[in-house]
Amino acid sequence: MDQIAFLEPRPAVLSRRREIVADLLDLLPEGCLVHEPRELVPFETDAFVSYRRLPLAVALPETTQQVAAVLKYCHRYGVPVVPRGAGTSLAGGAIPQEDAVVIGLSKMAQILEVDFANRTATVQAGVTNLAISDAVSADGYFYAPDPSSQLACTIGGNIGMNSGGAHCLKYGVTTNNLLGVKLVLIDGTIVDLGGKALDAGGLDLLGVVCGGEGQLGIVTEATVRLVARPEGARPVLFGFDSSEEAGACVADVIGAGIIPVAIEFMDKPAIEICEAFAQAGYPMDVEALLIVEVEGSEAEMDAMLASIIEIAGRHGVKVVKECQSATEAALIWKGRKSAFGATGRIADYICMDGTVPLSQLPHVLRGTAEIVAKHGLRVANVFHAGDGNMHPLILFNANDPDDAARAEAAGNEILKLCVDAGGCLTGEHGVGIEKRDLMRHQYSEADLAQQMAVRAAFDPQWLLNPSKVFPLEGRPAA
Amino acid sequence: MTPIHEPLSEEAAARLVMIAGLSATPFSISGGGTRSLLPAADGAEQLSTRGLNGIVAYNPAEMTMTARAGTPLEKVEAALAENRQMLAFEPVDLRGVLGSSGIPTIGGVFATNASGPRRFVAGAARDSLLGVRFVNGKGEIVKAGGRVMKNVTGLDLAKLLAGSHGSLALLTEVTFRVLPMPETAVTIVISGLNDAEATAAMATAMGLPVEVSGAAHLPESVRGRFAGGALPDGAATVLRLEGLAASVSVRAQKLADAMAGFGAVSQCDAGLTQRLWREIRDAAPYADGTSRPLWRVSVAPTAGQQLVAALRLETGVDAFYDWQGGLVWLRMESDPEAALLRRYIKAVGGGHATLLRARPDVLAATDIFQPQADAVAALQTAVKASFDPGGLFRSRMTG
Ligand SMILES: Cc1cc2nc3c(=O)[nH]c(=O)nc-3n(C[C@H](O)[C@H](O)[C@@H](O)COP(=O)(O)OP(=O)(O)OC[C@H]3O[C@@H](n4cnc5c(N)ncnc54)[C@H](O)[C@@H]3O)c2cc1C
Ligand SMILES: Cc1cc2nc3c(=O)[nH]c(=O)nc-3n(C[C@H](O)[C@H](O)[C@H](O)COP(=O)(O)OP(=O)(O)OC[C@H]3O[C@@H](n4cnc5c(N)ncnc54)[C@H](O)[C@@H]3O)c2cc1C
Repeated sequence: MDQIAFLEPRPAVLSRRREIVADLLDLLPEGCLVHEPRELVPFETDAFVSYRRLPLAVALPETTQQVAAVLKYCHRYGVPVVPRGAGTSLAGGAIPQEDAVVIGLSKMAQILEVDFANRTATVQAGVTNLAISDAVSADGYFYAPDPSSQLACTIGGNIGMNSGGAHCLKYGVTTNNLLGVKLVLIDGTIVDLGGKALDAGGLDLLGVVCGGEGQLGIVTEATVRLVARPEGARPVLFGFDSSEEAGACVADVIGAGIIPVAIEFMDKPAIEICEAFAQAGYPMDVEALLIVEVEGSEAEMDAMLASIIEIAGRHGVKVVKECQSATEAALIWKGRKSAFGATGRIADYICMDGTVPLSQLPHVLRGTAEIVAKHGLRVANVFHAGDGNMHPLILFNANDPDDAARAEAAGNEILKLCVDAGGCLTGEHGVGIEKRDLMRHQYSEADLAQQMAVRAAFDPQWLLNPSKVFPLEGRPAA
Repeated sequence: MTPIHEPLSEEAAARLVMIAGLSATPFSISGGGTRSLLPAADGAEQLSTRGLNGIVAYNPAEMTMTARAGTPLEKVEAALAENRQMLAFEPVDLRGVLGSSGIPTIGGVFATNASGPRRFVAGAARDSLLGVRFVNGKGEIVKAGGRVMKNVTGLDLAKLLAGSHGSLALLTEVTFRVLPMPETAVTIVISGLNDAEATAAMATAMGLPVEVSGAAHLPESVRGRFAGGALPDGAATVLRLEGLAASVSVRAQKLADAMAGFGAVSQCDAGLTQRLWREIRDAAPYADGTSRPLWRVSVAPTAGQQLVAALRLETGVDAFYDWQGGLVWLRMESDPEAALLRRYIKAVGGGHATLLRARPDVLAATDIFQPQADAVAALQTAVKASFDPGGLFRSRMTG
């Protein structure tokens, strides 16, 4: 399976490989440049493993100044640059190309400041998402966006993709919790956007850098919002006879003005996979499961749950299971958050990420099942239902090229179905290379041209992560 | 009189902009024109959204609405109220302080990112904005974002347009998320704190698991001008709680207990709470019929009172605080003191100040928006050019 094209490597860069490596060795401290082909292998792909490219070299700078020096150099010599956090992108956002220098932020992993009075943390871009919450939890705070990959993924990558997670239904995604960044532009200029003040003056450049997929600059530091941890939180399991009923229940809960912290959905195949992996105590005799988490004081949780149980009753809920202990609650989340990993143990999969209006959930779930069946494949659905962000995992066998091609075709059809239902191609994983060639299904030429013009305002030569997001044909001449 | 254009459709607006581009005729975009004190850009013709009116789609169950940019805010809020829903960010109504009349439009609200007290926990207008349609400076109709809650497909242009003050493009349609109205709300009042003590009290409150949705400090000089003088004597530090009645009363008790160590604690009921926070939102004490300079300053929450304390040593200022201390409404005696203010903002860790009101000649001569660092200003200029290469849309924001 190798249908998604990358830009042709620039011969002028490839032919200068040795000089570039020598120059970068001069710019960086010892141990901060990877250039032996064997050692480059770990950087050739991300979590979108069907595609891989060996980069020219990998720079692992330790300071913002070093990031600036490398960028300035690459800018001067027209060398493409691919920013990289932990490489957990599911869209191929961090996959390099043969003529690119990867700039990895893994050595910049310090928490610089925690400021409880202002409810902010300032961290280097390579800090993992979970490390922020870990650093502040003893004081009763947390950092809200919680991608399932939070143990590994970095805040820089979260900003690159504007990542979400299960608890974003109430607390918002990365962009809603990001106050400022230190950004290095392609020419090496260092700028500060935003800060501890809520509104920054001028145009909201931070708003477009977040979700910029590494095309606008490299984030080296971020200031994020901390939130006081709720008094209590309780996940509750709701089992249904059909996916459609579960989907309709989600729409009714939200429609009734009830916004729990999280509403996660799993269909039967997903329940089986996750239960086998985590022994989370999921009911096995249902077709679909909702994990609904409520939070607050005991009284508040009871009140909200009572309303949700009543609505679920109208949708013929079969099982309502409240967990009895913190251990049980942790297991419920462990099962959910390991869904992708657990799936990966039984089959190869690609994960779609379209978002649809809630009223369309039942329709799109049905359509997804039909599309996958038509291609002779299996699907497991496990996703953030409260905000309509679907994740069908299409299971296939990567060693069978035909299987893989069918999986990719099915994925594309599902995403088009999402867009046609009033939704979008990607809710939190980003476009990367994976959805790049579908962009015209969602956007007109004028829409794309405007986005590309903004991109070019930051990076006129298209050196930053250039094979991503925008279809390769129809780009403006750099 | 400068000509006023009122296109009746998005297509007509696009045509107008395209033709204007041929003769390089600049425009100044207006919604309801509620910021009438601002001088229009030189030689610019007015491009009004008044003809782009009406709610296009409202789906209460999905908590989203799509409206044309010129739709009056009142109409949007009335439709939402019928379903007990609201805009989470509490759009500000500055007609009182600006002494202007006009009818604020939903497009103007997003174009100014106009956000009130809940902003520090629920986000600004930009955080509620899901999608936009607009006409860029080339006269092209462009859409960005969509109508779903989560969307990372391509660059988030809607964020750039929120708060762009008419400098990038003409918004023609906005899609935004809405929230259920809370069943009830109360305010806990701590009396008699000075600005520094109040800042500490508010930070403590925000660290408690009680979901404070408003945190303001009204020093003694302004306290009497709120809520018809109904707040207890002395400075008032006010904390709002919203939600289900049963839950609010439990949280109110917890919060009151936790605040008792700071000063005398009392409570406002739902009715007074509603009035008080509307007045805080609109800076009501400064709706004083004057044109004395009024600044809206955004800094880190703990820096607000430091800024005011420093300024007081040099000039006469009157101030109150919202957003846990990070939003300072600052009224000067006569001169806006822009240079002084901006120097101190830098000294307390940075932020920005917008001059909302002053005598027309002073407004014209002052940088009303915070000047940016050179590299950021250069980026901003490049972004402006990417939307409006011919520089048709004149705005104080980008010149
Ligand atoms: C200098 C200034 C700054 C302000 N900043 C803030 C702020 O930071 N926060 C806050 O809460 N309130 C702010 N306000 C208040 C804000 O203007 C009103 O709350 C807003 O709702 C006005 O709506 P309107 O329809 O009357 O817009 P108008 O007063 O007509 O226009 C307001 C601004 O938005 C632009 N604009 C209006 N409609 C469109 C459109 N469809 N497309 C593109 N641009 C458009 C205009 O060019 C103008 O720059 C500010 C007011 C002023 C005078
Ligand atoms: C098992 C699993 C579960 C996942 N669950 C979720 C989930 O629940 N929600 C969700 O949203 N995502 C999820 N993801 C996707 C992924 O984890 C996120 O996209 C994450 O934010 C990527 O972070 P990273 O550090 O791995 O970045 P990378 O994958 O290294 O990079 C991601 C993108 O950001 C850019 N980038 C990285 N660092 C920087 C920087 N410092 N400055 C500028 N650009 C940069 C890269 O160029 C690339 O385009 C999951 C992935 C896996 C494998």
